[in-house]
Amino acid sequence: MNTTTGIRGYDDLPRLLTKLTGDEKHSLSAHSTLDVLWVLYDRVLHVSPATVDDPARDRFLLSKGHGPAAFYAVLAAKGFFPEKWLEEWASFGSPLGHHPDRVLVPGAEISSGSLGHGLPLGVGVALGLRAQDLTDTRVVVLVGDAELDEGTNHEAIAYAGATGLDNLTVVVVDNQSATHGWPGGIAERFSVNGWFTQVVDGRDHAVLETALTKRTPGSPDVVVAVVEPSSPHRGKK
Amino acid sequence: MITPTDMRTEFARTAAFLLDEDPRTAVVLADISSDLFAESARRHPDRALNVGIREPLMLSVAGGLSLAGLRPIAHSYTPFLVERSFEQIKLDIGHQDARVVLVSVGASYDETQAGRTHQAPGDVALLDTLPGFAVHVPGHPDEVPALLRYAVAGDRSAYIRLSNRTNAAARPAAVTADGRIDVVRRGSRALVLAVGPMLDPVLAATAGLDVTVGYAATVRPLDLAAVRELAGTGAPGNAADVVLVEPYLAGTSVRLVDEALADRPHRTLALGVGRTEVRRYGTPEEHDVVHGLDPAGLRRSIDGFLSQNTA
Repeated sequence: MNTTTGIRGYDDLPRLLTKLTGDEKHSLSAHSTLDVLWVLYDRVLHVSPATVDDPARDRFLLSKGHGPAAFYAVLAAKGFFPEKWLEEWASFGSPLGHHPDRVLVPGAEISSGSLGHGLPLGVGVALGLRAQDLTDTRVVVLVGDAELDEGTNHEAIAYAGATGLDNLTVVVVDNQSATHGWPGGIAERFSVNGWFTQVVDGRDHAVLETALTKRTPGSPDVVVAVVEPSSPHRGKK
Repeated sequence: MITPTDMRTEFARTAAFLLDEDPRTAVVLADISSDLFAESARRHPDRALNVGIREPLMLSVAGGLSLAGLRPIAHSYTPFLVERSFEQIKLDIGHQDARVVLVSVGASYDETQAGRTHQAPGDVALLDTLPGFAVHVPGHPDEVPALLRYAVAGDRSAYIRLSNRTNAAARPAAVTADGRIDVVRRGSRALVLAVGPMLDPVLAATAGLDVTVGYAATVRPLDLAAVRELAGTGAPGNAADVVLVEPYLAGTSVRLVDEALADRPHRTLALGVGRTEVRRYGTPEEHDVVHGLDPAGLRRSIDGFLSQNTA
């Protein structure tokens, strides 16, 4: 393990998360998005610190901006910014806040925190790439199952499905935290609008990689990554 | 005043040219005005977009198009464009550092028969809570193409507020790129600044009065150098009195005028649309009377203001 420079791996993530949280023995399972994020940046997305300004880079949009520790740890592990930034995050002088700001964080494609914005923004980015014939470039948006409560997502799901926006992928990290749940399953919300759907184990890297690298010509696709249930965060904003 | 063309038609015509001319331009609609862009949608299916009746999505899509490197124009009826999805404007455009041109139709109360749901006198005041937006308020359809082209060619976000209410003649001097105040008439007792379609009512109201009348079609940024130059010094016998006549919420720009004249004694009178819900239908002209924006109402307010002048 190299703690200052060079390539870092999944095994470095606990150490990086400890920098953020101060917890001595950090449990990776406390971070519902961690495995999805790692697989995306390690095996799926064509983006690196060298290509953050390349118009043809893959775009990852963290819509669920709440609790971005796992996102920051993965970006640091992949060299988008120095590990040292993880210390004293959310202090006045830090570029890293409790919700990410794309203007401040290298590698962050959007600023998020208010729920229900990433997917509609991702539709716009996907349309913009298509209009410039950047057809090999993908847009991947991560949302939470509770975040799907926001109605703006459903405008985006309906429109992207109707127009066959096949450079758009949504990953729903499903920790069953939506206050009223999704009877019939989350995937059904997308499939009725013509999306290709997959429901996978959100902790299994090989399964996630297979699901997230699949392209579905003619339709957008959603990967529902199921993880262990979290305690409901009712009333938390 | 009925003119042979109208602002929305001029907007659509110019936007269609821009789609042809520049592959960075995109238009995003939410059904409203989609008939005017049917030919563009055939020619440029990837850049003339209609998301259906989904205004929040329209604004987020515009933000995303900008992040992908395009120059989007989003367009709808004023309340649905500016008020319905204000957080989308704040976050998906402003906070993302995206740059979008917003173009509204309907103004404060073009559609008086449609009632409150289709009226948005607070639009400019609302956008004033955000940094960075240019605001253009054309007073004549012939002013729309230049303002739209200027806004789209720039790299900041802009809001263009179209209306069915128009002046009899365009004022080309006010739609140059630097957005300067066009001096229509010179006088000595006060500066009366008319914004967009308020110019003709202001000219009618101030007939025979010894006042300067200025015309602004760009209000953000407001030409404060001209305000300073055209207002008096505040010395005895040279009152720095400014009457602002805006076709949206009264007082929207008074803060800027006060800041511009902070170095001298001055008075401001802010005329515009009131906050009261009128709960009447009828014609826009009837609503002008309610808000005191008809020539007679403006004259009463301006006479009262000038008669209080003790400078």
